[in-house]
Amino acid sequence: MSFEPKNSAVKWVEERLPIMGMLHHALYEYPTPKNLSYWWTFGSLAGVMLVVQIVSGIVLAMHYTPHVDLAFESVEHIMRDVNYGWLLRYMHANGASMFFIVVYLHMFRGLYYGSYKAPRELLWWLGLIIFVLMMATAFMGYVLPWGQMSFWGATVITNLFSAIPIVGESIVSWLWGGFSVDNPTLNRFFSLHYLLPFVIVGIVILHIWALHTSGSNNPTGVEIKDKQDSIPFHPYYTVKDLFGLAIFLIIFSAFLFYAPNYMGHPDNYIPANPLVTPAHIVPEWYFLPFYAILRAVPDKLGGVLLMFGAIAVLFALPWLDKSRIRSARFRPIFKQLFWVFGAVCVGLTYMGGQSADGNIAEIHGMVPVMIDGIAQMKDGVPLMEEGVTFAVTNVLVARILTVYYFLHLLVLLPVIGLFEKPRPLPASISEDVLSKTSPVKEADNA
Amino acid sequence: MLKLITSLSIAALVSMGIAGGAHASGGAIELKSISWHHGGMFGTYDRASAQRGVQVYREVCAGCHGLGLIAFRTLADLGFSEEEIKAIAAESDYVDGPDGEGEMFERPGKPFDVFPTPFPNENAARASNGGAFPPDLSLIVKARADGDNYLYSLLTGYTDAPADFELPDGMSYNAYFAGHKIAMPSPLSEDAVEYSDGTPATVDQMAQDVTVFLTWAAEPKMEQRKSIGLRVILFLLILAGLFYAVKKKVWSDLH
Ligand code: HEC
Ligand code: HEM
Repeated sequence: MSFEPKNSAVKWVEERLPIMGMLHHALYEYPTPKNLSYWWTFGSLAGVMLVVQIVSGIVLAMHYTPHVDLAFESVEHIMRDVNYGWLLRYMHANGASMFFIVVYLHMFRGLYYGSYKAPRELLWWLGLIIFVLMMATAFMGYVLPWGQMSFWGATVITNLFSAIPIVGESIVSWLWGGFSVDNPTLNRFFSLHYLLPFVIVGIVILHIWALHTSGSNNPTGVEIKDKQDSIPFHPYYTVKDLFGLAIFLIIFSAFLFYAPNYMGHPDNYIPANPLVTPAHIVPEWYFLPFYAILRAVPDKLGGVLLMFGAIAVLFALPWLDKSRIRSARFRPIFKQLFWVFGAVCVGLTYMGGQSADGNIAEIHGMVPVMIDGIAQMKDGVPLMEEGVTFAVTNVLVARILTVYYFLHLLVLLPVIGLFEKPRPLPASISEDVLSKTSPVKEADNA
Repeated sequence: MLKLITSLSIAALVSMGIAGGAHASGGAIELKSISWHHGGMFGTYDRASAQRGVQVYREVCAGCHGLGLIAFRTLADLGFSEEEIKAIAAESDYVDGPDGEGEMFERPGKPFDVFPTPFPNENAARASNGGAFPPDLSLIVKARADGDNYLYSLLTGYTDAPADFELPDGMSYNAYFAGHKIAMPSPLSEDAVEYSDGTPATVDQMAQDVTVFLTWAAEPKMEQRKSIGLRVILFLLILAGLFYAVKKKVWSDLH
């Protein structure tokens, strides 16, 4: 099914630059496992979201002014005076959130089906690099509207670098371009926010190149063995992805048109004010798990290292997971632990949004009355009052979850890989598919 | 597919459960909640109420608060006629210039001007308000969680302070303001305005009306957004159905 152009102009180009053939190979004939589930749709959805962000962002940039005195008003000008400006801006702001949802699901898909294992280590790495670049892009984008959360979020996050010994302070003022987050900071963030998405495009191309070199993984984790196992990408997966895209766009539209500020913070509709600190500084939801890890550590440098470490360990995953079986379908213990790990990540996200000094739960009962740390006595017995006998503090919960996050990746994964007894693998993808369509259904609960 | 949906909804339920549980334990004051005409999927701004709200804003709030993002011309969205808009604008004076001689001059407002700000700068505003700053109200409804209910609750939430509550001089007690000590004296009192449409000007009525107006001010494109949204989602539903059918057809020759 190789590409043979009929049109003579296309042929002329093709002989000099075989770009059509390349695209034809990538989007048409690419042999794809025939058993991919809808979990495999999130990759193309992420690609769509990257385009949505770039296109809406470029048009926003035509109306936006990166200056501390004008940025906030220029965003409101977009919302009020630019034709469909509200649509562009809500699309871009909610698009960033949807992009992260899609990418997180894409990553958890990879974790569940062991897609990071040989020969896909570089593919996994490229994905992680995209993730890191996305976080940098979104962080700087959130600063641009120059609301209270923009300003204070930028201040808190850039200040983290001051934890680095000796050079920390210099690095921070170098990042700021001054002695606080100010106009130079806003300008460079705008410049980089415009640049990084195109760097992401470049890495995405490498990511897809690597994908097409080792081929797609699939729910069985068993590689394609012969022609029986694969189908051409088009029309099978183009149409399946299009259906997935339509469903995704419905969810996106529900937020965009009916709850456009649901994922944002009200404080960002207050213009930035360096003299007034908001009661709670919270980053965008997609940073919350990392923010929870940061705050779980009492030491600033330790917190920063652990937060970056939480992403860095993911790079080592292909070597930490000792099991040679990819898919969790055939790994009974890993499968349970995967869901625990998923719940821990959701828990970290939740804790990241809670205030650092609150309690998540309290047990009330009678406690001794204390004055200056001394229990008050009456007739030889301690005076009691109604009070909190035991408090589960937010910090404690965040710490337990943080420890588990690293425990799972650094200890449990290597260890269970060594002793877990996998369930028998199907001989091939097509055998697996046939066993499911035949009347005697094999128990499967992937 | 079914499994995917189930696991997604389980995840959603779990996270909602956690959030709900935590909410109940947090001691935040519950806001009064109104079923607004602008709420819900099909909600639109109640024009009559918003127009009364403009009157409340101009006669009461404008003494202390600005509305610097709202141009008079946009009042047309609320059903004001061109003549009315010109008249409203002309009631304030604006510094313009320089003229041919290089002099600045004052002129009456035009529809393209924005609502005036009562104080020349923040310090002047603070000096007249016991050190507190009355914020610009253009975005206030979006700048507070559950903004419309919050604003309505705030405006109707002035009560006597509990006996053991220490209220500094010049402060008022408000059940819904964070910390309960607010530097804004209760702005609304019975018949503070005389509505041109004859509606009785109760505190509750004025609070609702000005809230509708300020909700519009914060999100003037809401109606356009919702109506486009409806069409987009209907279109996508049909498209999804079509893609599903095509997918079924294309895949039917496999297995
Ligand atoms: C006498 C001057 C004055 C008038 C009139 C006035 N306000 Fe205020 N307002 C203030 C001051 C001062 C503050 C700041 C309060 C503080 O920070 O304690 C304030 C704060 C507010 C806030 C912010 C509360 C918060 O959550 O931070 C809102 C909303 C508000 N006013 C609405 C109104 C509305 C609506 C009206 C008209 C019905 C109005 N105000 C009339 C002086 C005034
Ligand atoms: C990886 C892709 C991108 C991501 C994840 C992203 C993310 C964000 C975020 C989170 C915001 C803040 C939204 C808000 O609350 O207002 C933002 C704002 C902005 N972005 Fe992007 N963006 C991306 C690509 C781009 C591109 C390619 C441009 C083109 C220059 C761009 C231009 C802008 C502008 C001008 C703003 C400020 C206006 C506004 O706040 O709505 N973005 N971006």
